[in-house]
Amino acid sequence: MTANPEQRRKERLDRGIKVRSDGIYALMSWRELCYLVLPRLVLIVGMLILPLVVPIYWQKVVSYVCIYALLTLSFDFLAHFVGLVSLGGAFFIGIGSYLAAILNTSFGLPPLLTIPAATILGAFICTLLLIPCLPLRGVYFAIVTLMYPLLLIRVIEALDIFGGTDGIVGVTSFTNHYFIIIMVLLFLFGLRRLVNQDLGLVLRAVKDNDQAVRASGMSITYYKTIAVFIGSAMGCLGGAYLAHIYMWAGLSSFALDFSILPIAATVIGGAGTLVGPVLGAFILVPLSEWLRDFGTLRIVIYAVILLLFIVIRSEGLMVYSQRKYHQFEKWIKV
Amino acid sequence: MDILLEILIYGSIHSITLALMALGFALVYGTSRVPNFAHGALYIVTGFIAWSFLKAMHLNYLLSIVLAIIITGVIGAMIYQFILIRVRGMAISEIIASYAIGLAILEGFRWGGFKGMTYTLPTFIQGSIFIAGVPVDLHRIVVLICGAALVGFLWLFTHFTRIGLALRGMAQDERAALMLGIDSDRMAVVAMVLGSMLAGLAAALLLPLGNIVVETGYNVLILAIAVCIVGGLGSWMGAVLAALLIGFTQILTEVYLGTHFKMVVALLAIIITLILRPSGLFGRQKELEERV
Repeated sequence: MTANPEQRRKERLDRGIKVRSDGIYALMSWRELCYLVLPRLVLIVGMLILPLVVPIYWQKVVSYVCIYALLTLSFDFLAHFVGLVSLGGAFFIGIGSYLAAILNTSFGLPPLLTIPAATILGAFICTLLLIPCLPLRGVYFAIVTLMYPLLLIRVIEALDIFGGTDGIVGVTSFTNHYFIIIMVLLFLFGLRRLVNQDLGLVLRAVKDNDQAVRASGMSITYYKTIAVFIGSAMGCLGGAYLAHIYMWAGLSSFALDFSILPIAATVIGGAGTLVGPVLGAFILVPLSEWLRDFGTLRIVIYAVILLLFIVIRSEGLMVYSQRKYHQFEKWIKV
Repeated sequence: MDILLEILIYGSIHSITLALMALGFALVYGTSRVPNFAHGALYIVTGFIAWSFLKAMHLNYLLSIVLAIIITGVIGAMIYQFILIRVRGMAISEIIASYAIGLAILEGFRWGGFKGMTYTLPTFIQGSIFIAGVPVDLHRIVVLICGAALVGFLWLFTHFTRIGLALRGMAQDERAALMLGIDSDRMAVVAMVLGSMLAGLAAALLLPLGNIVVETGYNVLILAIAVCIVGGLGSWMGAVLAALLIGFTQILTEVYLGTHFKMVVALLAIIITLILRPSGLFGRQKELEERV
C-alpha cells in the first residue's frame, strides 16, 4: 500500500434555509421561497405538461407510468412507513382491474363511476384478505403477499370464473392522462403530509417498535389495517384505470411486473422518500416500454438494475440528490 | 381399490419429488437462514447446462450431469460472494436480491434459450414395471430411492458432521456461533454451494420426467417454499412430513378435482400455514420475531 499522507474526508453542512424549513417554514426572502418551492414546482409542472410534450406513441406510456407510480408509492408507504413489505402489487392491480371490468360490463356503470367504486371496494377486499396476515412480520408478510396474486391466478384459471383465461373483454375505453396524473400528485403530496401527522407518527412507530406502540395502549392491527387500506386503494385505483385503458381485464393483470417493478423503482428512487419511488417509476417504465421489442429481456434488465442499485448505491437517487441540494459539501484535511 | 393403490404409489413418488425439490431450499434457508430465492432458477440452469453438454457437446450423460451440478454449485457460491454478502442481515433485501437474480436468470432463458424446440433429458433407465397392478416407470423408482437416500443422508449430515452442525448453529444464534469460531460468511458460502448443488441434483433426477421449461423454475420455487414453510424452518422431520402432506394432497386433488388445482394446494398451504403458525407445523424457532 502506498501511504497517502493527505487523509481527506467530506464535510457536510446543512444550508441555513433547509435547517429553518424542516417542518416549520420561516422564510426571510424571495430567494429562500424559490429555494423551497423550486423542486416541488419542477415536479408538478413537469408532470402536468408531460401529456402536451410527448409524441403520440408515448402518450399511452404516460398513463402506464402514472399507474406504476401509484403502485410504487403504495409499496414505499407500506414498506418504509409502516414496515409491511408487500410484494403483492400485482394483487392490488388485479383486484382493481377485475372489479372495474365487472362493474362496467355486468352492471353497465360508466368509467367515472367504476374507477372510484373499484378503488374503494377493491381496497376493502384487499384489506379484508390481508387482515389475517397483518400480525406477520417482515419476511413472512412478504412471502404471503407474493403468494396471493399467484393463488388468485390459479384459482381463476381452475374455476374458470370471470372469463377464465380469456379475461373480461368489452370494457369501456377511458383514457385521460390528466385524471391519473392529478391522482398521482394528490396521493404523493397527501401521503407526504400524512406521514408527518399524528397517524403517520404512529405508523412509523409501528414500523420501528411495535411492542412500544402496544404498550402505549394502541392497537397495532388497527393502524396496520388503515395503512393497508390506503396502500391498496392506490393499487386498486391504478388497476381500475388500467382495465379501462386496455379495455380488458385478465390474468395478466396479476403479472409479476406489477410486483417487481415497484420494488425496483423504490430502490432506484430512494426508499422512504415517497418522491423518489415516483421518479424511479418515471425512469423504469419508459425504459421497459422502450425495450418492449426485446420481450422478457426487459424483466432481466430491471432485475439487473435492481441488483446493481441494491449492491452499489442502496440509498437511491432521491436521497442522493436531496443531500446535494440541501447541503454544502467540501473536502477537508483530517 | 385400484385407484387407491394408484394414489398411494404416485402419492409417495410425488412426495419424494417434492422433498427433492425442497431439500436444497430447506438446507439453505431453513437451516442456515440464507435465503436463496434463486432456487428455481438454479434448478433450470442445471437442466440447461446438462442439456448443452449432452446434446451440443456430445459428452457422456453421467459426466454432463456431474459437470452441470458442479457448475451450479459454483454459480451459487458466486451469487453469495458477489451479491448476497453485501445485503447480509437485511432479510428483506436478501430476499429481493436473490429473487431478482432468479428472475433475471429465468426470464433471460425465456428470452434467449427456450424458444421453439423442446428441451428434454433422457431418462436413466427405460421401461416400466408393475407394482401391484399399477404401471410405474423405472426412472420414477430411481427417483424414489435416490430421494429417500438423500433425505436420510442430509439428516445425518446436518446432525453429525462439523459443517452441518455449524450451519445449524449459525441459524440459531449467529453471535454465539461467531464466538465459537464459526466463520458465518464462509458457512453461508458453503450453504449456498450445497443448496445450489442440491437444486442441481433434484433437476438432474426430475427433469428427465418432463420438458425443461421456464415455468418449472417458478413452480419449483413455490413448491420448495411450501414444503419448507409448512414443515417449519429448521426442522428436517417437518420438511419430510410436509412433503408427504402436500404431495398426497396434490395427488388427491389432481385425481378428484383436476390438474388445475395442483398449484392452488401448494399456495393455499403456504398462506394458511403462515397465517396460523408462521413457524410451521413442526418448527419451534424464534416465534417472537415472526409475528406480533
